[in-house]
Amino acid sequence: MKTVSAADAVALIPNGATLMIGGFMGVGTPERVIDELVRQGKRDLTVIANDTAVPGRGIGKLVDAGLVSRTIASHIGLNPETQKQMIAGKMAVDLVPQGTLIERIRAGGFGLGGVLTPTGVGTIVEEGKQKVQVNGKTYLVETALHAQFALIDAFLADYSGNLSYVLTARNFNPVIAMAADTTIVTAEHIVPVGLIAPDHVVTPAPLVDYVVTN
Amino acid sequence: MSTMDSQTIIARRIAQELRSGMLVNLGIGIPTMVANYVPNDMKVFFQSENGLIGTGPIPEQGMGHRLLTDAGGRPVTALPGACTFDSAMSFGLIRGGHVDVTVLGALQVDAHGLLANWMIPGKMVPGMGGAMDLVTGAKRVIIAMQHTAKGKPKIVTKCTLPLTSDRAVDLVVSELAVIEFAGGHATLLETGPGVSVKQVIAATEAQLAIPDKVPEMRL
Repeated sequence: MKTVSAADAVALIPNGATLMIGGFMGVGTPERVIDELVRQGKRDLTVIANDTAVPGRGIGKLVDAGLVSRTIASHIGLNPETQKQMIAGKMAVDLVPQGTLIERIRAGGFGLGGVLTPTGVGTIVEEGKQKVQVNGKTYLVETALHAQFALIDAFLADYSGNLSYVLTARNFNPVIAMAADTTIVTAEHIVPVGLIAPDHVVTPAPLVDYVVTN
Repeated sequence: MSTMDSQTIIARRIAQELRSGMLVNLGIGIPTMVANYVPNDMKVFFQSENGLIGTGPIPEQGMGHRLLTDAGGRPVTALPGACTFDSAMSFGLIRGGHVDVTVLGALQVDAHGLLANWMIPGKMVPGMGGAMDLVTGAKRVIIAMQHTAKGKPKIVTKCTLPLTSDRAVDLVVSELAVIEFAGGHATLLETGPGVSVKQVIAATEAQLAIPDKVPEMRL
């Protein structure tokens, strides 16, 4: 793990990059990295995340700035700007059931080609997908997702890069930490090794490439 | 007619379906109101799919935490015994059949209990969020909805809007009726306060089985 400034961390991200971003309606999203993406004007981004929050918050800031060309998310209903850009054809949006989205990411990080899920069978979600029968029940084959960068917000990061989370800010963060080539983390507190007890580490240090200094 | 408003009728009636020890997921809108009518001595575990079991009411002024919200991003509290987890765990609970009851809204429910509740093509495309997983995986699916929309029945012969799941819902509770979908067809179980069976039939497009005795909701 290396420590970096937010500016140097974001300088690693090229235009056109695929980003997995933690957070649920902006809770647990690395706002300082988002702000820096906007400041450096990184464009043509593909964002994989639960949702696009609301205008002015979290991923909503990237949408406001017109930096996102494709979104893979489960819900955009609370961000009218995302819907506007989708309808105008400025942004491609793939809507994925939330449980399927997180499992596709998990599969990507866990070395699996995808998952079999009953969710979406008999709905428009099954269009174009392979269906398989296992023990008499029908499942959709949902393929794994990967990203170049995972942008994570933790509560505690220790000097070695171990992470822990609090309350409802955990959400997608520990799962995307497994599924990207490079993991960039902001933390509310950067603390000495040992302050997060081994049993309380959620994301192990070897998964973390960069911790943004506070 | 009762003076109780229709949302309160629906929420109070659905609260009667819950039992101590159940893990329950409430959708947004009328479903959220169900929590207000659970008796104090009943211990129900409410799940927020953003990663919380033990969701409590809105915090008092100054007692909220910006990292503790419900799935709509609104501040909540956590009750004693609450726990938090990531989204893979949250949807493992949902899809894996560990959620006893989910209460959701609806745009349409058809004669067999199939549900459409997540999009109106060309008009409203918010994304399905957790709805498809909830309907597919929860042990019991209860729909909380107004019986009609702009005077048109929402319980229809066949859904014209995109379906949420191939799994039928178990129960619909509206201000006019409680309707069960056991055995692949709709049966009228109860009428709303001051509502006649005739009124329910008139406001419902789908064919309803009508038992000999249809009691009024006890609220």
